[in-house]
Amino acid sequence: MKIAVCVKQVPDTTDVKINPETNTLVREGVQSITNPFDEFAVEEALLTKEKYGGEIHVISMGPPQAVDVLRNALAVGADKVYLLSDRAFAGADTLATAYTLAKAIEWIGGVELVICGKQAIDGDTAQVGPGIATRLGIPQLTYVSKVKEIDVNKKKIVVERMLEHGREIVESSLPALITVIKDINEPRLPSLLGIKKAAKVQIPVVTAKDIPVDENRIGLKGSPTWVTKVFTPEVRGGGEMLKGELAQVVPLLVDKLIESKLIK
Amino acid sequence: MAKLLIDAQTCSGCETCVPSCPFGALSMKEGVAVVDEKCNFCGACVDVCPVGAITLEKDQKVATAESASYKDVWIFIEHEQGKISNVSFELLGEGRKLADALGCKLCGMIFGEAVDPFIKEVFAYGAEKVFVTESPVLKQYRTDPYACAAINLIRKFKPEVVLFGATTQGRDFAGTVATTIEAGLTADCTGLDIDPETKHLKQTRPAFGGNIMATILDYPNYRPQMSTVRPKVFPMPAKDESRTGEVVREPLPMTEEQVRTKVLEFIKGTEAVNIVDAEIIVSGGRGMGCAENFKVIRELAGQLGAAVGASRAAVDSGWIPYEHQVGQTGRTVRPKIYIACGISGAIQHLAGMKTSDIIVAVNKDPEAPIFKFATYGIVGDLFAVVPMIAEEFKKRLGR
Repeated sequence: MKIAVCVKQVPDTTDVKINPETNTLVREGVQSITNPFDEFAVEEALLTKEKYGGEIHVISMGPPQAVDVLRNALAVGADKVYLLSDRAFAGADTLATAYTLAKAIEWIGGVELVICGKQAIDGDTAQVGPGIATRLGIPQLTYVSKVKEIDVNKKKIVVERMLEHGREIVESSLPALITVIKDINEPRLPSLLGIKKAAKVQIPVVTAKDIPVDENRIGLKGSPTWVTKVFTPEVRGGGEMLKGELAQVVPLLVDKLIESKLIK
Repeated sequence: MAKLLIDAQTCSGCETCVPSCPFGALSMKEGVAVVDEKCNFCGACVDVCPVGAITLEKDQKVATAESASYKDVWIFIEHEQGKISNVSFELLGEGRKLADALGCKLCGMIFGEAVDPFIKEVFAYGAEKVFVTESPVLKQYRTDPYACAAINLIRKFKPEVVLFGATTQGRDFAGTVATTIEAGLTADCTGLDIDPETKHLKQTRPAFGGNIMATILDYPNYRPQMSTVRPKVFPMPAKDESRTGEVVREPLPMTEEQVRTKVLEFIKGTEAVNIVDAEIIVSGGRGMGCAENFKVIRELAGQLGAAVGASRAAVDSGWIPYEHQVGQTGRTVRPKIYIACGISGAIQHLAGMKTSDIIVAVNKDPEAPIFKFATYGIVGDLFAVVPMIAEEFKKRLGR
């Protein structure tokens, strides 16, 4: 079974700090990492391949330095990787991004399962997965917490989805797209040999010309939305430290909470 | 193609713009600022440049006769187990303001097998018109028929604004709808406004784990303007049972055979209160030490009718299931009261709870970052403090 995984390079928010004077993001020294949800997607592809056979194609759209996330995917066992990188892709919102990734998946050809992370931790939209499925004309299963069964011959997949009030077991025809949450697996670490092998791979850069795309549907041109303003949210005012003996501060806290009238 | 232009002659080399870029696309080269392909053309740098060296050239996209014909504000009415979700009412309240600012109607959009009991409620919360699609195929939520019903109505009646709750359901099928009709969709908004001049919808949302906010517009040649909106951001509007309105019924242009997925089973969550709906959450972190110790959290939660939350550290240690995880790789919550016990307040955890109305922090480390965000902080051993809080509430609330 041919599996495509979409991964994104994101800034590591562990390192993100706010400059208290200017109230802006301090980006210096911020490392780029693979979007955490996409690591679960790559791991699920590896587990699926181990169980049902197949090959894993990993795609990332981004600037040239995004090859790092593809190298990470190679190091843990991806078969093929592609970097979609082109000035013409820049400024894409979720509609244009999903279009471009879907076109790349069609260009790879014969993909029966697409796996994406639930969302990326920089934009947090969760819209690209469903967008890709729609463009490809295949069903989507979002917030997947477990792949229960894949029937390669009957072209069926059964998954468990995590909802607000419980979990749902859903069956779908294949090809399909799933977006995965953290609960689904525990991503493996690359082996030293894996890292060495991945470092030697020449990663192909795929441009707008390589895949047949409609240039009106990519990048800024293909994006219905645009960011008009970026600002730092109001910083939460420093609160009140309740100091003293616990026998005094605990009743004081309870007083304050009861006074708030938020406890019924 | 839009362009960000930096005039090398005017640039003073002050570097003010470099940290202002949320995408890290600016750097200094030979004493002047340069932009690379990470640029998203947001214009943040244009505003901060003290010498006006940066200009943004955007393609002029104008409204077409077709896009100008879109009118009214629509709210998707989500329901589960015979009840309309609160977020739908919150959106009716906020939608009312948008419709008034636009001088148009506020409409609801409801799907299901038999939704008549809901229609009255949608009018009571302010809608003037309700679009209804009923079919046995719509009995259970599934992406295909729900997206099909919405696409059919939007294509036929052309709303100007469509809002969905940013719930599992809303975020699942809104993307399908927007992609199919090739419209803009802004995820997880926390602020909506109508520009008084252009009458366009200004959609504000957090990004980078809530460290920055972005206001997003749709180009005027794309309509409708669609957003998913975070639950609990807007207040519940007043209910007026005397209100009525117009009901428009449209059949579903899809049969059961055309639906590609089937729900085999629903496993209800075991918690009495879950963290998404909870008004109060009591959360435990690394300081809990082991799974058994969560009983002190549960006791306080039980006392307050609260849900039990957890930090990533507690979930990754296997002390409590993932459903309870609050934060970047868990859920984003916005309760009235959030009580963080033994949680240091890593940026990823804060991203998931820092918009709670009241935050209480209990931690033995006085330097823990959580105290910077807490409304009330107590430095102390949670195993001493939390049972005392529970005991005190028991006394006061008489239960």
